[in-house]
Amino acid sequence: MGAQLRVYKRRIKSVTATKKITKAMEMIAASRVVKAQRKVTASAPYATELTRAVTAVGTGSNTQHPLTTEAETATRSAVLLLTSDRGLAGAFNSNAIKAAEKLTARLEAEGKEVDTYIVGRRGLAHYNFRERKVVESWSGFTDQPSYADAKNVAVPLIEAIEKETADGGVDELHIVYTEFVSMMTQTAIDSRLLPLSLEEVAEETSSKDEILPLYDFEPSAEDVLDALLPRYVESRIYNALLQSAASKHAATRRAMKSATDNAGDLITSLSRSANAARQAEITQEISEIVGGTAALADATAGSDR
Amino acid sequence: MAAELHVELVAADRSVWSGEATLVVARTTSGDIGVMPGHQPLLGVLESGPVTIRTSDGGTVVAAVHGGFISFADNKLSLLAEIAELSDEIDVQRAERALERAKSDADASAERRADVRMRAVSAH
Repeated sequence: MGAQLRVYKRRIKSVTATKKITKAMEMIAASRVVKAQRKVTASAPYATELTRAVTAVGTGSNTQHPLTTEAETATRSAVLLLTSDRGLAGAFNSNAIKAAEKLTARLEAEGKEVDTYIVGRRGLAHYNFRERKVVESWSGFTDQPSYADAKNVAVPLIEAIEKETADGGVDELHIVYTEFVSMMTQTAIDSRLLPLSLEEVAEETSSKDEILPLYDFEPSAEDVLDALLPRYVESRIYNALLQSAASKHAATRRAMKSATDNAGDLITSLSRSANAARQAEITQEISEIVGGTAALADATAGSDR
Repeated sequence: MAAELHVELVAADRSVWSGEATLVVARTTSGDIGVMPGHQPLLGVLESGPVTIRTSDGGTVVAAVHGGFISFADNKLSLLAEIAELSDEIDVQRAERALERAKSDADASAERRADVRMRAVSAH
């Protein structure tokens, strides 16, 4: 076998192995998307009921709460960025990071200081590499987030917002995550979580056109709101984590699918080149033989004379 | 037929139980509260404790609920809990072990959680 042919054969073998791996990763990601989507659906009843309850307290009482009162001049904001722990997901992480950077730039242009909180090793690595300050970060659960994880993330954020701005607290909380629109579309979006505008929450639920009854609060509207709002924030963060996980798996699936397709194309073109090289080798051998016989024939013909 | 109310018991990550009931007893921060059909609209904060649901077919469903809310309106009752387990889902041995461990670690909240689980099982 010629040297060139050997090189082609080796490359085909290695690309085939890579293709097998990417194909397996694609299938794993595909099954995880379904699982993650199921989790998003499973968490929906809780979120809906909670939203209803928040709306009920918000509209049924004139309670003032640090989580709902807008600071007159917001001077510091917190941005929570949700990324994944692992890469191999196309532009998933860079899109989320880009969206966070855009939001940060906008907030800074408004004259606010920005505290960054990050979920996921990828986002953290990006910020650490650029030596940007990260207040707190979490990782290790982005593939399958549980409610307890969402709680862990929410606790310091709620603490920060309840603190006075002068003591290092924040006035606003924004969250940047990747929304799972469909299997093919995932968009990085930012939304303001806090202070909660009860009108907005009411709008979300008003689609059902229901009139909320006058509730009897147990023990009191303030206490209910005190307990309700942190849960609401946790549930929103949980939802964002789940959507981000589903989006990550979908992005991985797509990236791995195109990697598999590319490997297939590469194998085709490499085998073509290998075939051409083999043919060239054969042609060369034939012409060598023919040349050899001709030379031999010429020599014998000469000696006969 | 007695009047009924619709109950939805949902945990943060799943829907635990839903169905028709005649009476629901839950523990709020200001004491145990019983809700029957036609109760006035109510929104309360739950303490961790067992919730008893008397179903319309005469059965009883007991669940261990750890923190959350109860809301009632239009004969629909929602129990929202961060963690909720039906009594038949609770692993008694595991809860016992957790209780022992919590006692030795002096972890009050874990002890309370395990205790609620045990009581939910024994109430069943």
